[in-house]
Amino acid sequence: MELHVSARKQLGTFRLEADFTVDGSRTGVFGPSGSGKSTLLNLVAGLGVPDSGRISLGGETLFDSRSGVHVAPEHRRIGMIFQHAQLFPHLSVHSNLYYGYKRCHPAHRKIRPDAVIDVLQIGHLLKRGVANLSGGEKQRVAIGRAILSNPRLLLMDEPLSAIDASLKFQIIAYLKDTCAVFNIPYVFISHTLLEMRVMADRVLTVEDGCACRLVTAEDLARGATKDAGGYINLLRLASPARAGDVHAYQWGDRHLFIADTGEPPSTLFELPARDVILFKKHPEVISARNVFSATVVKTFDMGVRQGVELQCCSERLIAEVTKKAARQMEIREGAEVHAAIKALSFRPLG
Amino acid sequence: MLEFSPSDYSAILLSVRVAVSATLVSLPPAFAVAYAMTFKRFRGMLALDVLVNLPLTLPPVVIGYILLMLLGQNGWLGKWVLQPLGIQLIFTWKAAVIATAVVGFPLMVRAIRTSMEMIDRNLVYAARTLGAGWFDSIFTVIVPLSVRGLIAGSILMFARGLGEFGATIIVAGNIPGVTRTIPLAIYDYVSSPKGDAMAMALCLISVILSVAVLIVHEWISRRMTSRRA
Repeated sequence: MELHVSARKQLGTFRLEADFTVDGSRTGVFGPSGSGKSTLLNLVAGLGVPDSGRISLGGETLFDSRSGVHVAPEHRRIGMIFQHAQLFPHLSVHSNLYYGYKRCHPAHRKIRPDAVIDVLQIGHLLKRGVANLSGGEKQRVAIGRAILSNPRLLLMDEPLSAIDASLKFQIIAYLKDTCAVFNIPYVFISHTLLEMRVMADRVLTVEDGCACRLVTAEDLARGATKDAGGYINLLRLASPARAGDVHAYQWGDRHLFIADTGEPPSTLFELPARDVILFKKHPEVISARNVFSATVVKTFDMGVRQGVELQCCSERLIAEVTKKAARQMEIREGAEVHAAIKALSFRPLG
Repeated sequence: MLEFSPSDYSAILLSVRVAVSATLVSLPPAFAVAYAMTFKRFRGMLALDVLVNLPLTLPPVVIGYILLMLLGQNGWLGKWVLQPLGIQLIFTWKAAVIATAVVGFPLMVRAIRTSMEMIDRNLVYAARTLGAGWFDSIFTVIVPLSVRGLIAGSILMFARGLGEFGATIIVAGNIPGVTRTIPLAIYDYVSSPKGDAMAMALCLISVILSVAVLIVHEWISRRMTSRRA
């Protein structure tokens, strides 16, 4: 579903300028706090009115200052998930869930309530009031409520920022699963790079009120390393098997050995690029549990360091070395190297 | 044993009737004014704020006199609107209702605003994105969430209405059986010889009514608290 926005909005001394067209089902909006992300989302939802410009979704004009079109938010069929769940405190979980569903035209009711309740695992909460739900439960009900209004597009305004770090990836899984199962495109706002990389393919960056630059999530991650703590590999791994004091995860057609943290096995891991050690020749004896040969696909500038994109069998991995080391090792495109990673370098996310 | 005269009984009934009517008449406009002052930004907000709160600081007698000038036979509302329609308000119980409503209006608006200001604006936004129109969101989100303020405001207005004296005596007069409410009846008894006992008895009725109102208020708010939990 194509979303086109070219709009301007002045709020006091703050000025938002947006000009972009996105056509993916997983779009991110990334930028620091106060950069205008929420203002932008409100304009798309119809909760705010641009000073001038045009907004259209799937070919339908939602706002056009020239022809005076402004479709009311309740007629846009654009759902919204807020930072705090914003459940109606005077209604039960059941009534909250059905609030949008009841107001949705029967012709548009394609998503069945019991299917949503099932995916979000909130069946046991239906009869309860919303006051004594936990943060994660509240956000799950809010996701269900938004999805049951059968939106054409779902806007998410930092839905994870008010949630405990330990629960974040659980909610991410619910968000991704429900949107995938019910085939709803979404726009996801965050100021956290990690959330952006997990949730979005294409990312709109917002800076100082300017929302015009579209990049891929991967490019965003590589570009952001100059001032942050370096590039971080995100690995999605499956089917762990116990191998002594470590877990062996399937990674492409080989295994990665990851230290047992005592927590239940995860599927998503962080691996800092600087923890990938490169060797010119195969190191015979080494304490790192993962050693494999790789081909350098590409090198890129990361400020004082050099980014090295490696092809390891069927998988890609980014390593980070100092420029001097890169010169000495003659790392260039096509070079054959050996990479070593300690089992302790992986950080499970959830 | 004291015996209430028929006109005493009618004073008690009239007091209750005036207070209830003034409360019901004021609820919709008080809700609208509280809503506008909480959720809207518009020109003349300060002027509206001052106008709404003026009866709180003006002496009731002054309010009564202003109403008399407005609604009386030569007042511009009385002359140009009420008389052509054949409506006579001054010196009827309806005038007492208007006087009471005007005097109690700021109390009611304040109580409703207090509970409205605690409503997160995003709840209204959530309702709108879920397909609720503006009216729908008002009745399904704002009204239920400001119900405490609506009740508190009604109680304040009702209690103020039971005691209204200054404005009422000017616009409605003190006609036994027609516009004489409890405070006016007490005033009459106090200023007549041997009226002390009857004045005391009517004071007692006032106390009973006020205590009953406070108990009802407490009971409703406790029920609401236990239902929320």
